[in-house]
Amino acid sequence: MPLGPAITDVAQLKSHPALARILAWKPAAVEAARYDRDELTLSIERSFIRDVCALLRDQAKCPFNFLSDLTCVDWYPSEPRFEVIYQLLSIPNRERVRLKVRLNGSSPVVESVTSVWPAANFFEREVFDLFGIRFSGHPYLRRIQMPEDWEGHPLRKDYPVEGYR
Amino acid sequence: MILNMGPQHPSTHGVLRLLLEIEGENVVRIMPDLGFLHTGIEKTCEAKFYQQVVPLTDRIDYLCPMTNNLCYVLAVEKLLGLEIPPRAQWLRVMLNELTRINSHLVWLGTHAMDIGALTVFLYCFREREDVLRLFEMVSGQRMMTSYFRIGGVALEPPLGFFEKVKEFAGRFPARVDEYEDLLTHNPIWTMRTKGVARITAEDAVALGASGPTLRGSGVDFDLRRDMPYSSYEKFQFKVPVATEGDVFARYIIRVQELRESIALVRQALDGMPEGPTKADAPKVVLPDREKMKTQMEAMIYHFKIITEGFTVPAGEGYQAVESPRGEMGYYVVSDGTAKPYRVHMRSACLANLQTLPKMCEGRLIADVVAAIGSIDIVLGEIDR
Repeated sequence: MPLGPAITDVAQLKSHPALARILAWKPAAVEAARYDRDELTLSIERSFIRDVCALLRDQAKCPFNFLSDLTCVDWYPSEPRFEVIYQLLSIPNRERVRLKVRLNGSSPVVESVTSVWPAANFFEREVFDLFGIRFSGHPYLRRIQMPEDWEGHPLRKDYPVEGYR
Repeated sequence: MILNMGPQHPSTHGVLRLLLEIEGENVVRIMPDLGFLHTGIEKTCEAKFYQQVVPLTDRIDYLCPMTNNLCYVLAVEKLLGLEIPPRAQWLRVMLNELTRINSHLVWLGTHAMDIGALTVFLYCFREREDVLRLFEMVSGQRMMTSYFRIGGVALEPPLGFFEKVKEFAGRFPARVDEYEDLLTHNPIWTMRTKGVARITAEDAVALGASGPTLRGSGVDFDLRRDMPYSSYEKFQFKVPVATEGDVFARYIIRVQELRESIALVRQALDGMPEGPTKADAPKVVLPDREKMKTQMEAMIYHFKIITEGFTVPAGEGYQAVESPRGEMGYYVVSDGTAKPYRVHMRSACLANLQTLPKMCEGRLIADVVAAIGSIDIVLGEIDR
């Protein structure tokens, strides 16, 4: 399967159930869409992420009822620095979609999706621990992998691989 | 009272610490405390070439190394757009199912031992040893196999390997009967497992449970069948589902998966296609040893791949496979260089562990032990 060019035109991708639902609700919520290597990625405006997640979970035709994964990518030193990545899965429809929220480096805050999927609890704690992103509304935002008194966030790109000596 | 269970408690299957708030023998609240095995593998991956990450993936989940290898190489192959020859795909399916058997055998042995059925452990480890010998034969390693490589598998399996697998596949179903004789109708076993640590389908889905933990609650979803990868769509197998959502349901599903897996191994053996075991991509796949000694081109490519790695077109890919524990996913981001910009592992155990408080709160402490065993966690994968 040789790689085809990525499709970034929102109008061409409208048939995807996730994108169609969001566009019907609030077109401003989608910043960009990208279909690459058989995977659809939607960049969502930061303030809408929780609502978009709830919307996708509850839609009748293709409910994205399962949060597969939640993680983050640090694009240091460019801005906006962080991308929080949500991998959604629709168990009844066998469909996947990836949501993305861009956050700036100075005060990375995004609304927690634990109220949509309780599964996000540990995932968000991990992202908080390793990237230092705060999830507002999270019930128990504490370090999960690193010790409580650890300084710094190891998966950030400006954190050396061998740690601080 | 707050009771500290772990991190060195034998029934937590590694270094998991649970803070139990108890009233007498009843558990009021459970707070899992993780991170004792955190090794920063995701960070290490960012400093390695793509092919150097494969041995790291073994070490995440030491009970199913091949599944982790498979998931990672599939993710990178997706980024590269590589086509894998059918023989390599069939070999991957076969070894992946043997890995599932290996993992389920360790699970069954230790889970039964936690609940007090000591004998099963000895039986399970007898067969597990057979599987490990097969792994050693094919890859030179019993546990950290690193046999799957980007673009195929490391080597053509040695002579006599398929006969050995066939022999094992012939004798294994009778051994599963033995385990079932010891447990399935054993009144002590059923009393300790039936109706214990229930979870509903809605809760399991909302909490991100996958694999047998999800199917034990009646959700009929298996990535091998529903979102096939590595030519699983060409195999016939049943996906066991149970609706009770208790420890026994998860037990019975895994035992049936043992039977389905061995049937898959047999199908892979029977239909094993001839042909190369590596993709035709000289810039990515290491050349054969003889070619390196006779062809200049091959030697150059070998030198280049080893010293500077190979570049992967910029982009991102998420690949999920059905590991013995559920949805194992690798999210790989490439910035167009020879090292992955970011590798994230979606750990099935981490999500499954979130179901534990739901299962056990309001029940006895002894049920916590049964519940931990039934969700089959591997701490190496949770903490990474």
